[in-house]
Amino acid sequence: MNDRDLPLWLTAVAIPLVNVAVAFLAAGLVVTLIGESPFEALAIMLRGALGSDYGLGYTLFYTTSYIFTGLAVAVAFHAGHFNIGGEGQALMGGLGAALVALSLPQLPALVLLPLCVIGAALGGTAWAFIPAWLQARRGSHIVITTIMFNFIAGALLVYLLVGPLKMAGSMAPETAKFTDAAILPSIATMTGWFGWTVARSPLNLSLLIALAAAAAVWVLIWHTRLGYRIRTVGANPDAAVYAGISPARVTMIALMLSGGLAGLMATNEILGAQGRLINEFVAGAGFVGIAAALMGRAHPFGIVLASLLFGVLTQGGAELAFEKPRITREMIVVIQGFVILFAGALESLFAERLAALYQRFTVQEA
Amino acid sequence: MIEAWTILLVACDSAIRLSVPLIFACLAGLYSERAGVVDIGLEGKLLVGAFAAGATAAVIPNPWIGLAAAIGTSVVFALIHGFASISQRGNQIVSGVALNVLASGLTAVLGNAWFDQGGRTPQLPASARFNEITLPLAETAAGVPVIGTFYADIISGHSVPVYLAFILVPITAFALYQTRWGLRLRAVGENPAAVDTAGVSVARLRYQAVIVAGILCGMGGAYLAIAQSAGFINDMTAGKGFIALAALIFAKWRPWAALGACLLFGLMDATALRIQGASFPGIGQVPVQAIQALPYIFTVVLLAGFIGRATPPKASGIPYVKDRT
Repeated sequence: MNDRDLPLWLTAVAIPLVNVAVAFLAAGLVVTLIGESPFEALAIMLRGALGSDYGLGYTLFYTTSYIFTGLAVAVAFHAGHFNIGGEGQALMGGLGAALVALSLPQLPALVLLPLCVIGAALGGTAWAFIPAWLQARRGSHIVITTIMFNFIAGALLVYLLVGPLKMAGSMAPETAKFTDAAILPSIATMTGWFGWTVARSPLNLSLLIALAAAAAVWVLIWHTRLGYRIRTVGANPDAAVYAGISPARVTMIALMLSGGLAGLMATNEILGAQGRLINEFVAGAGFVGIAAALMGRAHPFGIVLASLLFGVLTQGGAELAFEKPRITREMIVVIQGFVILFAGALESLFAERLAALYQRFTVQEA
Repeated sequence: MIEAWTILLVACDSAIRLSVPLIFACLAGLYSERAGVVDIGLEGKLLVGAFAAGATAAVIPNPWIGLAAAIGTSVVFALIHGFASISQRGNQIVSGVALNVLASGLTAVLGNAWFDQGGRTPQLPASARFNEITLPLAETAAGVPVIGTFYADIISGHSVPVYLAFILVPITAFALYQTRWGLRLRAVGENPAAVDTAGVSVARLRYQAVIVAGILCGMGGAYLAIAQSAGFINDMTAGKGFIALAALIFAKWRPWAALGACLLFGLMDATALRIQGASFPGIGQVPVQAIQALPYIFTVVLLAGFIGRATPPKASGIPYVKDRT
């Protein structure tokens, strides 16, 4: 059976939806096992995430982080690689942003902010460079090296935050607060410029950067020569060689782009919300990115939608944990796990069945 | 002299304790990957094993029932991985990631809901744990210098799972290299088509390997929750599954070398705990984080081929499709 024989609505809409529905069903069973009603839990989550402009602000704030990490995973996917290093690359993105913000505090916002954003992207890119180089030139498996690099990044950041970068006189593992010029304006402030008041939330300019990044990834992958090369290498590295493409080079570029996108996640959390570098700020966003990329079928549009879903779940999950102490925030991690399992590892489980069903019906009609 | 000997004994003793979960998980990965199924879900299986052991022992205060629960739960996770990667020919990495994420979420959510202690399980009484056992003659031998103290302090005085872990190394080496099953298992990780041609079921062997991996991870998890500690604590594996994966690569997928790598990484962990804040002549303070990161750095360097080459089993990570080529 071939994907090309099936209509787009089936492969790109129906099958992912079935996978996600099964993941939710499984999560619903867990809620039932705890002794709570899954329907009530769902209602609380939806109300908490979408019921107010305050809740929506938080939802979109989380969505922003997931768009970045989801795009990061997707770009590597297109080149045929699995970047599990989003956590570490985002941490190093935070470091890059913080180093710029702390070393150039005298600059005005219009100069400093873009530099901080570039710092975040470069931090992630630099952290992806070594695994990328090892994959491309020495054949070390990117999955294993990026896992290892997540831990190394974690250790490095803890070292810096309890040592050289620690704010003098503070006990917490964090840097000094950045100057106001290094902090991205919040959406509430920005809408205020146009005389529109919305509730304060950590939602900030990064959302627009994330959407721009999604558009840029779409153009890159499907409308540039480099994107064509990335897809060729991803589809068949041997064929790519015959077409005069260097898989090693394309791999390097794709993985570093991927790292840069993961690094940009720090703009949302560090430049947008915290205003200082803190420990463990990535909080699993690198792994949500994997789920978002799988669910969104590595397409930027799909990733934005999937990120929105995970944003709803994260914010809704926080509200749920508040209202139902028996269900903790980690419920969202359970749902992520099921989404990765059903949309990723078990994707053919339902795809083949649905495809067979579809073909039986179309044959009967014909 | 006596002073240094005592420090060495204490260091070795804590290194052994810290390496036990690594040995279980590393051997688990060894069976799975030698059969051609990549297992980055070791961490998740250790974690659910630890949780199942802690939760069960809290209800039924018997360590053996705790161990059985740990093994059972870990095997269920292993079977999901097996189903995804063997029967469904899904992506083994994605499946492993899914199980890790699922394990970290489920243990936290269920732990909180069942015991209401923020994800922990209750403090276990001694009757619910594997306690340290004194080997015969240990007390008599303790008086003998060097060999006697070595026997009394290092060999004796551990809990049952510790001895189990160390016995499993020669058993694994024997099973892998001296039995027909071991030969087939290794073959299925290198050239599944050949095994298939010989009339042996690839899927059956791979499922067996994956189940063995589940059993071993369950034991490792049980050790963490009901031997080393007195109950399950949120995220108590803290990356041990990944260190075990690093050790497996470091050992180049061989059982005795795996034991060595696990002991080495256990020793590093013990050292990191001890040198906190200590200053060394000439070097100054060594950051604890640097030592904690060492196993990961070693692995990357090894994978890069700068110190020897770590070549995984040829067919690992590749689903076997009968009708291809």
